[in-house]
Amino acid sequence: MGRICCKEEVCIGCRLCEVWCQVEHSESRDIIKAFLYEKERAIPRVRVEERGPVSFALQCRHCEEPDCVFACISGALYKKDGVVVHDASKCVGCWSCVLACPYGAIIMDEAHGKAWKCDLCEGRGVPICVEKCPNEALEVEHNGV
Amino acid sequence: MECEYLIIGNSAGGIGATEAIREVDREGELIMVSEESYRAYSRALIPYYLAGEIELEKVYYRNVDFYARNNIRVISGKKAVAIDFDNKEVEMEDGQRIRYGELLLATGSTPFIPPMEGLSYDYTGGKFDKDGVFTFTSLDDAVEIKRSVESGYVENAVVLGGGRIGLMAAEALMRLGLNVTVIKRSERLLPEVFDETASRMVKRHLKESGLLMLTGHTVKEVMGERSVERIVLDDGTEIGCDLLIIAAGVRPRVELVRGTEVKVNRGIVVDGRMRTSVEDVYACGDCAEVYDFAYDDFRLTPLWATAYAGGRIAGFNMCGVEKEYRWGTNMNSMHFFGLPVIAAGVSAEEGGYEVLKEVEEEKKIYRKIVLREGRVVGVILMNKIERAGLFLCFMRRGIDVSPFKEELLSADFALISLPEVLRGAMMR
Ligand SMILES: Cc1cc2nc3c(=O)[nH]c(=O)nc-3n(C[C@H](O)[C@H](O)[C@H](O)COP(=O)(O)OP(=O)(O)OC[C@H]3O[C@@H](n4cnc5c(N)ncnc54)[C@H](O)[C@@H]3O)c2cc1C
Ligand code: SF4
Ligand code: SF4
Repeated sequence: MGRICCKEEVCIGCRLCEVWCQVEHSESRDIIKAFLYEKERAIPRVRVEERGPVSFALQCRHCEEPDCVFACISGALYKKDGVVVHDASKCVGCWSCVLACPYGAIIMDEAHGKAWKCDLCEGRGVPICVEKCPNEALEVEHNGV
Repeated sequence: MECEYLIIGNSAGGIGATEAIREVDREGELIMVSEESYRAYSRALIPYYLAGEIELEKVYYRNVDFYARNNIRVISGKKAVAIDFDNKEVEMEDGQRIRYGELLLATGSTPFIPPMEGLSYDYTGGKFDKDGVFTFTSLDDAVEIKRSVESGYVENAVVLGGGRIGLMAAEALMRLGLNVTVIKRSERLLPEVFDETASRMVKRHLKESGLLMLTGHTVKEVMGERSVERIVLDDGTEIGCDLLIIAAGVRPRVELVRGTEVKVNRGIVVDGRMRTSVEDVYACGDCAEVYDFAYDDFRLTPLWATAYAGGRIAGFNMCGVEKEYRWGTNMNSMHFFGLPVIAAGVSAEEGGYEVLKEVEEEKKIYRKIVLREGRVVGVILMNKIERAGLFLCFMRRGIDVSPFKEELLSADFALISLPEVLRGAMMR
């Protein structure tokens, strides 16, 4: 597919992308249920970095030569049709990918010993953060695959 | 038998190479030979398997159909015993000969067994002359240790060696409910990458986690009739044990090329393209001395990531795509009883470097950045490691960090901490 890009000057730092990412990766995919009733809230795979007036959302860049995949000791990370995929059921939380990712785009879930990253909302078409960003700061940059 | 690409070793390095080769050449006959009879599994996962954190099925590195999908022929459970470089042929233990166009040596490493009275080790068969004594470098080791623990007769375990492998073994055994003692020769933990502070802090954490470690000692003698019963330390102390794991480090496995035209130093000597001194013969992973960008030198770097990435570069070069390996350094990502620690590059040394440090002993937070002429050459992070990759990226790309040096130690250091121009350049 491609990767999600954020226009820094358009991002307003509202963090709705994080919220919707959580919803999309929750069990119910329903915002009320996801935040109110589910045993545990899903971990967002996008993160908004903010400092003073500057903010931007950062997701996995789905690198052409993905350092995280080379480093992953379990085979949980692999590349398929241009998308860098993470199979959480194989992940052991060794954090090798955390050291390898040049952007700091891997999210550590220390409580469960799992890494998480953007999966481009596999199967959804348009990633939910792109769809829900109120200021249209996010867009999918296609790479032709 | 004949093939275009022959790979000895079906692990990180070998798989890295095959995946690169198949990106370029879908057809060329590719054979992998492996002494182990399993399909490729991750050696680095055996502690997780031993501890019961993952099922055996999860130890495998790629899907069952990996070889079929990639048109790879695997000869497993058989050892390559000799190479005839003139005729470009590898001889297998059963006499079979395989002609190759390009050959990759991804033979990994073997455990080092320090000499001890009362114990001998057969390197070819990988067996000790006493029961209850194991190495911890293969899935077979893990399966056997697990079986032995599950028999219910094991209570006290001793791990000889306090390196990364020894500590992982010790932690796994503790999780299985055994009493574990680690015997370690040097006082400093992981002296290759830890400084005094990191060593002290991790040692303290290990102690608080209930691990008993005796530093400054070696094992003089292993006692017991058929199986291990006691060990005797250099100072005469005796420790009762019914399970002994020897994890005193690994050595490059170079027996196939020792005494041949292939140049061997401590490991097989390769150039930036992973070529050995013999034409059409490549090497990668634990058996080779590969380029380390932080040291700007060729060194042993026995790690999963460097083996895979080196194999990848070898694979490209084997099918005519010229690439240089500039990817790796001694880059360790570890966790000890839940404490995440990262150490990469020139992280233990300090003399002649500019060193930035932040220590919060009680919170087990340590951040250390080693700089040379404004460039990061080493890093240690204990806890709060999530953005560690940025440091490795600075190291790899030789980015001048002096304009934002004072940000580097901040716990929330991230991409946003970088000057906009640099950030823009990195994101492209
Ligand atoms: C317990 C443990 C934990 C580890 N944890 C980590 C970690 O967390 N992170 C990390 O980066 N690294 C870790 N490592 C190191 C990592 O596993 C190795 O660096 C990596 O496996 C090296 O890969 P390789 O392909 O070079 O060789 P190996 O994985 O050693 O594989 C070589 C293969 O070649 C076969 N072979 C050798 N000679 C012959 C022959 N003559 N004929 C046929 N077959 C042959 C061997 O049987 C073996 O299957 C760990 C290692 C161990 C043992
Ligand atoms: S996690 Fe990091 S290294 Fe891996 S593909 Fe994404 S951006 Fe690249
Ligand atoms: S934390 Fe998980 S995904 Fe990351 S390298 Fe380790 S096993 Fe692979």
